[in-house]
Amino acid sequence: MDLIKRKGKLRSNATPYFFVAPAIILLIILMLVPIVMVIWYSFFDKVVVTKNSNFVGFANYVKVFQDDVFWTSVWNTTYYTIISVVFHLLLGLVFALMLNSDLIPSALRNIMRLLFILPWVLTVTIVAIVWRLLLSPDGIINYVLMGANIISEKYAWFSEIDLAMPALIFVNIWSGYPYYMVTLLAGLQGISKDYYEAATLDGCNGWQKFWYITLPQLKPILLSTSMLDIILTMRVFALVWTVTGGGPGTSTEVMGTYIYKDAFSRLDFARASTSSVIILILSMIISYFYIRLQKAKEE
Amino acid sequence: MIKSIARRRKVATTLLMIGLLIGLIYSIFPFLWMISTSLKPNNEVFAIPQTLIPKEPTLDAYDTIFHSSTRMRYFANSIIVSLVVTALTLVISIFAGYAFSRFEFRGKKLMNMFIINTQAIPPIALMIPYFSMIVMMNLHDTLWALILTYLVFTLPYGVLMMTGYFNTINKALDEAVMVDGGSSMTILWRILVPISLPGIVATAVYTFILSWNEYLYALTLTQSQSMRTVPVGIQLLIGEHFYVWNEMMAMSFLGSIPVLIIYLFCQKYVVAGMTAGSVKS
Repeated sequence: MDLIKRKGKLRSNATPYFFVAPAIILLIILMLVPIVMVIWYSFFDKVVVTKNSNFVGFANYVKVFQDDVFWTSVWNTTYYTIISVVFHLLLGLVFALMLNSDLIPSALRNIMRLLFILPWVLTVTIVAIVWRLLLSPDGIINYVLMGANIISEKYAWFSEIDLAMPALIFVNIWSGYPYYMVTLLAGLQGISKDYYEAATLDGCNGWQKFWYITLPQLKPILLSTSMLDIILTMRVFALVWTVTGGGPGTSTEVMGTYIYKDAFSRLDFARASTSSVIILILSMIISYFYIRLQKAKEE
Repeated sequence: MIKSIARRRKVATTLLMIGLLIGLIYSIFPFLWMISTSLKPNNEVFAIPQTLIPKEPTLDAYDTIFHSSTRMRYFANSIIVSLVVTALTLVISIFAGYAFSRFEFRGKKLMNMFIINTQAIPPIALMIPYFSMIVMMNLHDTLWALILTYLVFTLPYGVLMMTGYFNTINKALDEAVMVDGGSSMTILWRILVPISLPGIVATAVYTFILSWNEYLYALTLTQSQSMRTVPVGIQLLIGEHFYVWNEMMAMSFLGSIPVLIIYLFCQKYVVAGMTAGSVKS
């Protein structure tokens, strides 16, 4: 009797472990192990390509920090991220406010919303190739801008040092604003109508209502969406790699392309691992704040 | 007074409509141009005047793609990888979500923190160790390399999503089944899973789209034409013949179709997945 009871208890104790095991084991093997590996690599030379690599201490870190291109890529990534995030937010907010208005019938609003989200579902490499066509020297955008006398010559948007980065950011803004639009729309629908009615009775105009009711109510969503967007936008690789490859020169080099080139063009896996560790630490710091923010919101 | 309010409403509505129209052109014009170009003969792509409606519409570009076994292979690979990743993610996430939602056990908090924190890891940071691990495991240039690595980025979301969903279901239901002599498997598959179908669909949609769109690992962990997925394959077209824009646009359109279909039919779930991270319900 006692034995059966104990066996039963043992089984019920083991049950949850049985259920979480596949997820945890997979994530340990494919997450913890590679993180340890990449940190390990960053302290050795000639890793991955040869078997006999030597411990070099912080030499790889010194090499990375002394490389101007690394700092260029850090600056470009920061610039790309900040401008993208600001415009994602502005466009997303404007579209969300327009789509939330009850001046237009809700059926129309639903169709509009469906179409406005489209850029977000497209594969990055498809976004890249479509915009390469649109912004090519003979492309439709040059054609329209010249027709409207806004520009006087054809621009090769992605191949000119001064234009490549702004053009990439422009494309990224296009593909990223729907995320804000959707979360802000959900936020707007959550604001009680009572606030607006009370404000109308007090004689507030539309702008005042937006400034004193809408914006403060959206603040938590704006904050967490922007934080998440910063984290995700910093990861940029596919768009830059497939449109400009980091060029012309190093004008669009971002951290992702910098690491990729170190590894697969120069086969310097040790230095690439070192930059990976640096990115990893940076991301962890930003994510720490994001998770803390989310926690604070839950409490 | 009433008249002036009505007039102001009219003005506001007109302005709003203009704003929406501009927004609409901005958001869907690239799509329309992609489809339009895919239906033009290649010598018409940059022909002046440039028109949205093809002057001599043709399906030649699509014909070439459908008759190219390499290109069809990209689609097959993408579909296989995305479906397998989605299926595995669902099963593993449902199991883990059940444990997190219904049991108290030692290490639960730690495991939960671990899963949440894995989302902070940028994919590029794992590229090099994955490359060497996958080579060591003899999986380089196989679809398994992609399936395994994609799971790392779909599982955390899946587990958190399923845990959240199961948490909303009353535990009294489980107990009723338990009293009737049902096992945990019965509770999970007969009670929790059917009720959580919306959460499961949302997870599946998210996972599928993520896998379909992935680029970095598809680029680095596969090598031969026959193992490439759509996102990488489309880029290879540029290298091959830079000027065949109609074909590249046709390929882009075909490559977007699975995601577009999912989006049109599961819009609610896509939107739910997008807002899950930011909006507190």
